[in-house]
Amino acid sequence: MITKEDLEHIGWLSRLELSDEDKEKYSPKLNSILDYFGELNEVDTEGVEPTYHVLPLYNVFREDEVGGTTTSLTQDEALSNAPRKQDGFFKAPRMM
Amino acid sequence: MWASINELRERIHAGSSEEVVCEYLDRIGSSKLNAFVTVAAESAIARAKEIDSGGHDGVLAGIPVAIKDNISTKGIRTTCSSNILTGYVPPYDAHVIERLKAAGAVIIGKTNMDEFAMGTSTETSYYGATKNPWDTDRVPGGSSGGSAAAVAGGEAPLSLGSDTGGSVRCPASFCGVAGLKPTYGVISRYGLISYANSLEQIGPFATSVRDLAAIFDVVSGHDLRDSTSVDRKTNYSSALENDVKGLNIGVPAEYFGEGTDEAVEKSVWNAIHTLEDLGATWTEVKMPHTKYALSAYYIIAMSEASSNLARFDGMRYGIRTEDSNWHTTFSQVRAAGFGEEVKRRILLGTYALSAGYHDKYYLKALKVRTLIKQDFERAFNDVDVLIAPTMPYPAFKLGEKIDDPLSLYLADVDTVPINLAGVPSISIPCGFSDGLPIGMQVIGKHFDEAAILRTAYTFEENTDYHTKRPEGL
Amino acid sequence: MYENPDGVMIGLEVHVQLNKLKTKIFCGCSTDYHNDPPNSHVCPVCLGLPGSMPVINKKAVEAAIKVGLAFNCTVEERTQFYRKNYFYPDLPKAFQITQYDFPISSNGYVIIEGEDGEHKVRINRAHMEEDPGRLVHEGTIDKSKYTLIDYNRSGMALLEIVSEPDMRSPKEARRYLDKLRNIIEYLDVSDADLEGAMRVDANISIMGGQRAEIKNISSFKGAERAMLFEIVRQKNVLRRGGVVVQETRHFDEAREITLSMRSKEEAHDYRYFPEPDLVPLKISGWAPAIKETLPELPDARRMRFVEQYGITDDHAKSLTGELVWANYYEDVLKSYENEYGEKLDPKFAAAWINDTLKGEMNYRGTSLTFKVGSVTHYAVNKEYTVAIIRFLNLKTITKNNAIYLFRKLLDEPKGGDYYRPVRNSPDSAENYLMLTLEKEGLLKVEGDIVETAAEEAITENPQSVADYRAGKEKALNALVGAVMKKTRGRADARTAREILLEKLG
Repeated sequence: MITKEDLEHIGWLSRLELSDEDKEKYSPKLNSILDYFGELNEVDTEGVEPTYHVLPLYNVFREDEVGGTTTSLTQDEALSNAPRKQDGFFKAPRMM
Repeated sequence: MWASINELRERIHAGSSEEVVCEYLDRIGSSKLNAFVTVAAESAIARAKEIDSGGHDGVLAGIPVAIKDNISTKGIRTTCSSNILTGYVPPYDAHVIERLKAAGAVIIGKTNMDEFAMGTSTETSYYGATKNPWDTDRVPGGSSGGSAAAVAGGEAPLSLGSDTGGSVRCPASFCGVAGLKPTYGVISRYGLISYANSLEQIGPFATSVRDLAAIFDVVSGHDLRDSTSVDRKTNYSSALENDVKGLNIGVPAEYFGEGTDEAVEKSVWNAIHTLEDLGATWTEVKMPHTKYALSAYYIIAMSEASSNLARFDGMRYGIRTEDSNWHTTFSQVRAAGFGEEVKRRILLGTYALSAGYHDKYYLKALKVRTLIKQDFERAFNDVDVLIAPTMPYPAFKLGEKIDDPLSLYLADVDTVPINLAGVPSISIPCGFSDGLPIGMQVIGKHFDEAAILRTAYTFEENTDYHTKRPEGL
Repeated sequence: MYENPDGVMIGLEVHVQLNKLKTKIFCGCSTDYHNDPPNSHVCPVCLGLPGSMPVINKKAVEAAIKVGLAFNCTVEERTQFYRKNYFYPDLPKAFQITQYDFPISSNGYVIIEGEDGEHKVRINRAHMEEDPGRLVHEGTIDKSKYTLIDYNRSGMALLEIVSEPDMRSPKEARRYLDKLRNIIEYLDVSDADLEGAMRVDANISIMGGQRAEIKNISSFKGAERAMLFEIVRQKNVLRRGGVVVQETRHFDEAREITLSMRSKEEAHDYRYFPEPDLVPLKISGWAPAIKETLPELPDARRMRFVEQYGITDDHAKSLTGELVWANYYEDVLKSYENEYGEKLDPKFAAAWINDTLKGEMNYRGTSLTFKVGSVTHYAVNKEYTVAIIRFLNLKTITKNNAIYLFRKLLDEPKGGDYYRPVRNSPDSAENYLMLTLEKEGLLKVEGDIVETAAEEAITENPQSVADYRAGKEKALNALVGAVMKKTRGRADARTAREILLEKLG
């Protein structure tokens, strides 16, 4: 059960501003979905290993070569999508 | 329209790629399907002219291809149908785009999708819903609805989508075209904007299995930039034989369960019997954990998504709201940029990974994933391919399910287990119900795309569902 | 036995940037960005562009194993990367790819010189991760109206070395840090001189309180100050009857104090999970081969110096305490033998190189090496040092001359290819040194000049002569001093003494 406090906490963790109206709107649907997910409790997973990667792949590396797998962008390319920029930097809001 | 690669090749040879490309552009221009988010008319025509003058001998030389809007295209806006990526123009091409370009293909535009590929109906797009070419009051399926509708509506001969939990196969089924979700790792994901990395694959759409195999040949293969990409290039087109003699088909009863439309069940069984008549045998297989696939899938997908979508903060690309302190700005950018379904999945995914819930949801889901994978391994001990409905029902009405997320999730019941197991599956049309296409999926072992392509090809060669076209467009 | 009256426990987390790699940890961008404009060494991967994917740099893994082995860690059978999820403007993906369960190496130790002799500091783990970008503020972080971001540093390979709380004083912590830097230097995986190459977080507690984690420490000197302040702070809290709570504190380098960072912003929940875009590594089999390639480490070299060269442990410790000095010392020994066909007395060389040259450079705060591009040069070409020691051995120059010459060498650029002496030519080291002394009128005087000075000294100091003749041996010293004064120190004292003895019969 996701409480209003839970919702505020996960909203904060995921940096999603939620209005009171949003919280009212989201709560019941999130909880009905979570209720549904609860069915997994029926499954006996004692001794079962989790599957993080579906293929048994190991040891995939790249060599330490400049431009080997990816090439650097120019500064202009790097900043081409920046909503705000200054003197070759991305411009972000103040910290405090 | 609805020309095959071979027919287009002849027309390009006799006339020009430019003519062909312009015809498709006209068709897109007058369409009411809303299949495209961005039409790359200018660059497509320029590229066609280049092909016409350059004597390119690639297998797709001069042939238009439509690309789902979550695949990065250098110089062409890529938005994932989300407001948050408004104006984002990638400075690089996805691996599949490099491959297509090398084969001479012309990128004609970017197709509509559920926002960040999160959906089953292409209704969550910031750019409005795409409509089903067979009935414009209905959804095309999702999340690659634009790519499927473009091919079904004759707006592109070929397209690429992505399939995280059925996002290629569902719209292929609803729109009556062929769509393939390859084995995990067969097509590089480099440049595919992630929704759930451990589950998804890029996959092609076409009006026939032959064309599907041709574009699959072009875009598959090893890529050093994707650590999960496998190195086992094969020629899939050469696997297309009109022969299923001795093929052992498994039929999982769990996929014909409660909620499956009668017409769907009947069409899929008819297809199995058709293949039986052509020399295949079938047997029922048990896949006892299928029931839990949906929950496991959604928990894993949402968890990964909550992390993947964290980077959209308005600092390096995309929209930006008025600056405050950074915490507030990040939260406001994301609140303004993401749609409701995306936010829902980010919140649930964050919850499922958070302290105290990680083991109950995320870890549990991954353990159930192991059991589902084992279901497939056991089934494939005895059979060569599995056949099941792609979707439990044909295309539903626009707006019918959009306000009830859970019922929309439930529509993915037959597609998500395939992604959890990482096996390949192709969806092809196998019938109609009230004028709406029905799709069946042929599922194979890891890396055995050859078997499912051959099965689908044989079915096509002996039936005519794939030749039907929507009318009144 | 050190009593540790306050029950101080210090554990350190040191981030070492593996900046000797050619490329970043997950992409092909060059690590050589320090003199380039912002955001000019970035690609879709380290800029976190949508759709980009990481691929691990094989050399970074090898470097991490090297470091693990040097700290006596076990290299794990299987290692894996995780995502650490948190938002910050310097973190382009809003997660850091790092390690969590299954770090590449763990359970090691390092021996330091503790409060009461040799002291063992256990290493919990050494794990790999990516560096975030760099934030630039206008003025201070709390006053700046906006923040500028440079992602050139983003994706640099880091190794985080986490110790157990085994250090009992800031001094021990400082020794640990020096030792760590020393080992890293020998392993040749990081250039510690580059900005941000080593960063420290410190966990500190005293008896009766919980631990505080001090962040934002950017230098080793700062680390010691931060810890000293923090211990006093915690003691004061307890003395006033307060409670030392577990918290993260920020070190204000300018004011040399730590500040509490407790706020909603610190309510982290990193939601670690395995990075789906990187596959697990099974690399324990690499360890034996990499172990073979490990260079001689500081402790081993120090012991060898004592055994092989017979020098004092203090000299050995000081010389091996910095890789360049240990190398320079052995280079000089070798060059001397090559040049003059006879062995140089290693103790004599150690005294001059360590006490004079190194002492002088430490005093001046200058470094024995400098870089041109990526090539490192000695600031004083070894030929000069070899020649000075040769002159000393031949008694061609006095000790004071030698000291003068070393200082002179440091006043002028005398390092690198451009100033490399050419043997048997006007540009030889010997020639330069002689000309220098000559120019300053300091060339050692011999023969007639000393003889004359001795005669004058005898004539001018009859009392001393009489005392000496009366059996007061010490009176000779006054006469030697008079000779030295007359020759302005350019005579050899022992020669002067011999001449005086001869003349006095």
